[in-house]
Amino acid sequence: MDISFQQAAYSRSQGRRSLSLTEKRNRTQRIETMAESIFTLCAFLAVFAVGAITLYMVANGVPVIYRLGVREILFSSAWKPVAADPSYGILYVILTSVTGTVLAVALGVPVALLTAVFLAEIAPRPLAALVRPAVELLAGIPSVVYGLLGMLVLNPLMYRLEQVVFHGSRTHQFTGGANLLSAVLVLVVMILPTVISVSETALRAVPDQLRVSSMALGASRIQTIFQVVLPAARPGITTAVVLGVGRAVGEAMAINLVSGGSVNVPLPFSSVRFLTTAIVSEMGYAEGVHRQVLFTIGLVLFGFIMLVNILLHKIMRGEDG
Amino acid sequence: MSRKMKDAVAYTAIYFAASYSVLLLVGILVYVFSKGFPVLSLPFFTTVSSVVKGTVGIAGNIINTVYIVTLTLVAAVPAGVGAAIWLNEYAPPGRWVKLIEFATETLAGIPSIVFGLFGMVFFGTTLGFGYSILTGALTLSLMILPLITRNTQAALRAVPDSYRNGALGMGATRWHMIRTVLLPSAMPGIATGILLAVGRIVGESAALLFTAGSGYLLPESGSDFFHKVMESGGTLTIQMYLSMARAEYDVAFGIAAVLLSMVLAFNFLLKVLIRGRFIKE
Repeated sequence: MDISFQQAAYSRSQGRRSLSLTEKRNRTQRIETMAESIFTLCAFLAVFAVGAITLYMVANGVPVIYRLGVREILFSSAWKPVAADPSYGILYVILTSVTGTVLAVALGVPVALLTAVFLAEIAPRPLAALVRPAVELLAGIPSVVYGLLGMLVLNPLMYRLEQVVFHGSRTHQFTGGANLLSAVLVLVVMILPTVISVSETALRAVPDQLRVSSMALGASRIQTIFQVVLPAARPGITTAVVLGVGRAVGEAMAINLVSGGSVNVPLPFSSVRFLTTAIVSEMGYAEGVHRQVLFTIGLVLFGFIMLVNILLHKIMRGEDG
Repeated sequence: MSRKMKDAVAYTAIYFAASYSVLLLVGILVYVFSKGFPVLSLPFFTTVSSVVKGTVGIAGNIINTVYIVTLTLVAAVPAGVGAAIWLNEYAPPGRWVKLIEFATETLAGIPSIVFGLFGMVFFGTTLGFGYSILTGALTLSLMILPLITRNTQAALRAVPDSYRNGALGMGATRWHMIRTVLLPSAMPGIATGILLAVGRIVGESAALLFTAGSGYLLPESGSDFFHKVMESGGTLTIQMYLSMARAEYDVAFGIAAVLLSMVLAFNFLLKVLIRGRFIKE
């Protein structure tokens, strides 16, 4: 309709008097088209960005795998990038990230879930008004600050624990408290806010009917929460846990100076190096093959994150359907 | 165990868990402020660390932070708001919207260290910006794009359809309607997104370490804006990290106190903004 109207206006515009009117209309039309194309471009920027990041990570991380072989990099544990006869095995680094993440999630999720239950189900208003802002603020604290505290508060405590546990041991290499366990404890704190707020939302979405019916059947409040509400909120809680995993895998600066930094088997009291901290601490001086392998580490990390994202997408789609 | 006992145990566990977050936060704030505030002084804010002059200060890092925050917002806010407008107002629902929303989610989940690697090779090497404030800001703008897009989308969704129909019915064109009716109504939501983004930028470190680098000097007098933007510049967080790594814990705690004060201020502003929105509605 718009177009035919315009054509009519155009044919009328052969006369001189209405020319300016048509011009104005054309101008508006041009601006409209331009606005829409600019917005379209903006919208697709996210797609381009993800595409470009994927492309660059693959292009920088894959060639060296071909050159040195998959076994030399992914399935070898010898990491001596600057030795005269260098070897670039990142197996321990991958294992450390996996172990660290699993431990952090295993320790953090129960605390986070109970806090979410507190906020959504049982907290009286004034107490919720105290806890919720605290959680939000924890989320806002920069990761370097967590790193500083981990280094100066947690590590000394951990060293004392280490001295007790390995008292008289001749084989243990003392780490001064900078070990996997310290890093895991910092990661626990870093995933708490995400897991708490997402699971709280999930708990609040559970319809009140379920609670009322359960209580009417004689269940106590606690029984209702643990046997009715939590199972009903499972998809949302799964989302929260997966987001927590993503957060823990990707954290770098908070754990870099807390975890020791030697490439080791991920045991609780060993100094270890994560995927993220390997990049942070070595990219500054790495050259040649070493640098390329760091990009391979980045690619492995990116792979983990894409896995997490696809998982999230699947869960959310399941929730809709 | 009787039911009453079980309930009591569960309640105790829940209260313990909830108090954990609060105690942790209080502990962090007290510890950092008590160690950090004694370091703060006027010269700390107005000078640059120099062995020759014997000064320890973060003035250069403050300026770098301001530069990076501003540049990042200039790049990301129009793009993010534009994307939200297209998704909400123009796009036919379907494949493309789903693809873009998936990409936005993905972008939000990518760790900052990966953004750092990408920024280093793409903006730094391929586009040739090197270690510079510009490279850092462009990298961060990709990182905060989802924050802006999502908050704007939520704000646009909250504008009632009667506004749109009213404006269009009076003969306004679509862009005119968006510009004069939708955007003003969505402003508080957009502002929320921007504030969250600023908080994220100020606290960011991993994505900046290998993009903006670690320069800490003040801009030379007489040097122009573009000159400064092409130089390396470490933000407060980067300087804090470097101080930690060099075991200069005083400086680190000083900067940590400044950063935490900023986090508190941002959160307060956010609360004011959100409350204002509720009252308006």
